[in-house]
Amino acid sequence: MEEPAPRLHARARSRLEAAARTLQRRPAMTVGALILAAFVTIAAIAPWAAPYATGHATGPVYGPPSSRHWLGLDDGGIDMLSLLLVGSRISLIVGAAATLVAIGVGGTVGVLSGYFGGAVDTLLMRVTDYFLVIPDVVLMIVVAALWGPSLPHVVLVIGLLLWTSTARIIRSQVKSLRERVYVRRARVMGAGHLRVLVKHILPQVGPLLIANTILTMAIAIFDETALDFLGLGDPNAVSWGIILEHANLRTAVTYGAWWAVIPAGVCIALVIVGCYLVGQALEDALNPRLRVSHLATRQWRLRALAGRGSEAE
Amino acid sequence: MRGADYVVKRVGFAVATVLAAATINFFLFRVLPGSAVTNLAHVPGATAQLRHLLVVEFGLDRPKWEQFFIYLGQLAHGNLGVSFINQQPVTANLGGDLANTIPVVAIATVLSLVVGIVAGLLSACRRGSWLDHISTNVAIVLYAFPTQWIALTLLIFFAGALPTAGMSNPFQLQQPSLWQSMVDYLRHAILPILTLVLTLYGGNVLIVRSALLDTLGEDYVLTARAKGLSPLRIVRSHALRNAMLPITTLVTLSLGYVVAGAILVEVVFSWPGIGTALYNAVLERDYPMLQGIFLVLTISVVFFNTVADLVYFKLDPRVAR
Repeated sequence: MEEPAPRLHARARSRLEAAARTLQRRPAMTVGALILAAFVTIAAIAPWAAPYATGHATGPVYGPPSSRHWLGLDDGGIDMLSLLLVGSRISLIVGAAATLVAIGVGGTVGVLSGYFGGAVDTLLMRVTDYFLVIPDVVLMIVVAALWGPSLPHVVLVIGLLLWTSTARIIRSQVKSLRERVYVRRARVMGAGHLRVLVKHILPQVGPLLIANTILTMAIAIFDETALDFLGLGDPNAVSWGIILEHANLRTAVTYGAWWAVIPAGVCIALVIVGCYLVGQALEDALNPRLRVSHLATRQWRLRALAGRGSEAE
Repeated sequence: MRGADYVVKRVGFAVATVLAAATINFFLFRVLPGSAVTNLAHVPGATAQLRHLLVVEFGLDRPKWEQFFIYLGQLAHGNLGVSFINQQPVTANLGGDLANTIPVVAIATVLSLVVGIVAGLLSACRRGSWLDHISTNVAIVLYAFPTQWIALTLLIFFAGALPTAGMSNPFQLQQPSLWQSMVDYLRHAILPILTLVLTLYGGNVLIVRSALLDTLGEDYVLTARAKGLSPLRIVRSHALRNAMLPITTLVTLSLGYVVAGAILVEVVFSWPGIGTALYNAVLERDYPMLQGIFLVLTISVVFFNTVADLVYFKLDPRVAR
């Protein structure tokens, strides 16, 4: 079952090179990566970079942008720029954590379903079908309302309802891997399921899983802002979704306080666009099935925010 | 598989999904520790006697499975319980809310589809041109902005010019003519509809564009071109016709997204529909309403999904394979 080591390395290297070449042809990837890197940096240095404290008023209620407060003040007289900087932390962390949950569940379901097939596959895919059809944001709202607003609840609710498309993509990939000669040879030579999964299947689906993680993160952040907006986020935390919630509840519109609305939305949109650019580019580069000639012409394969778009492959 | 088998299978799945949703509903609200109805029996400062009365009143002393069948039986009779907020039957509340939501969502979905198909078509036919780049990038950006943000931004732009909340003007004439009330309704509905169209537009354009690009790369399009057909003819009778299949699926699959968008839009514009009802139920912890709304929304999404599946089957019987 030992592959000749040099050949394996050569193959791995050529795979990497192919991926690198595809990335080079995609400037969008660089743009997306820069956006994401910028926001991660902001989130990391936020407490030190924020010009004012976010706990108490530092100016008039809904004060307009000025030289002292670049992005104005919110309904409590708190500096908007500071809120945005500090809020990036919760938004990114919740998005990432929910994504990890979703990828964990979706990856496990996809691998088990694709690898074992048969009754396991049928059962798991029935469950997946069910979760695909159900309006997940509504279920998220109901569960979050029952559990009460808190950060871990938001993470779990989003993560546990966002895994379906990952499961589908990974399943179809594993299904084809299972039939490859080297996997079957390993089985015949006596390797157990665990060993085959860890040594042969996971390394192959790993990259696709990473691309999927980044795409899922966009949806997780989108859902998180929706839950926050409906008052289901942690009321004491500062996040972009909660900034928008406060703007709506405390009538920023009546004050004409555009600065309490526009910047938070722009931040959310930038992060989501960044995730999409990177995720799509990675997926196109790493998923060999997309490299078939006429499929490669499509620059944008869309995954509906609440749907199962990628399944169309 | 024969056609009839396919229809039976799809409808069977739809029924199973609705039943599963009802079961989830029951378990979420009654079985989980600390769940809503159990809490009912913990009225603060209640005497042991009152607590016992409440437990009996709500049937909480019976075994869970018996509660479950009572619940299913009531459901089958269309009884969703009584709203905590206004003591009206949940079904009566939901009927009015749905009647307010459906026109807005229907108009917005149709509009966003028409605009999305036209823009996606232009984009795909002129692939790589500046038109395509602008159109695709606008779509991506619109797709990335949260629905509630688009709604709030429109409100800021149009505050003063258009009404910002509600469905009709409470201060209008005593006896408005039909025409006047229609104009009033439209003036209130225009921003919610516009928000929904903008939210759905991005996704639709990208879906239509990529579906068309796929079909334009097919061999039969090449053949059609070789036969000397005009580009218009190729797009209309070869590409678009085949692209309608993935478009049908993907658009109906985004139904959950439409529902989520409608909830956020209604909350921002205080539109008295099912989204606002859901929001109020969350704020007031009105569990019967919450349960009812979840069930109704699930049933409608499952219903339209099934309809779409059957339409798809009609368009392309190969799916039944």
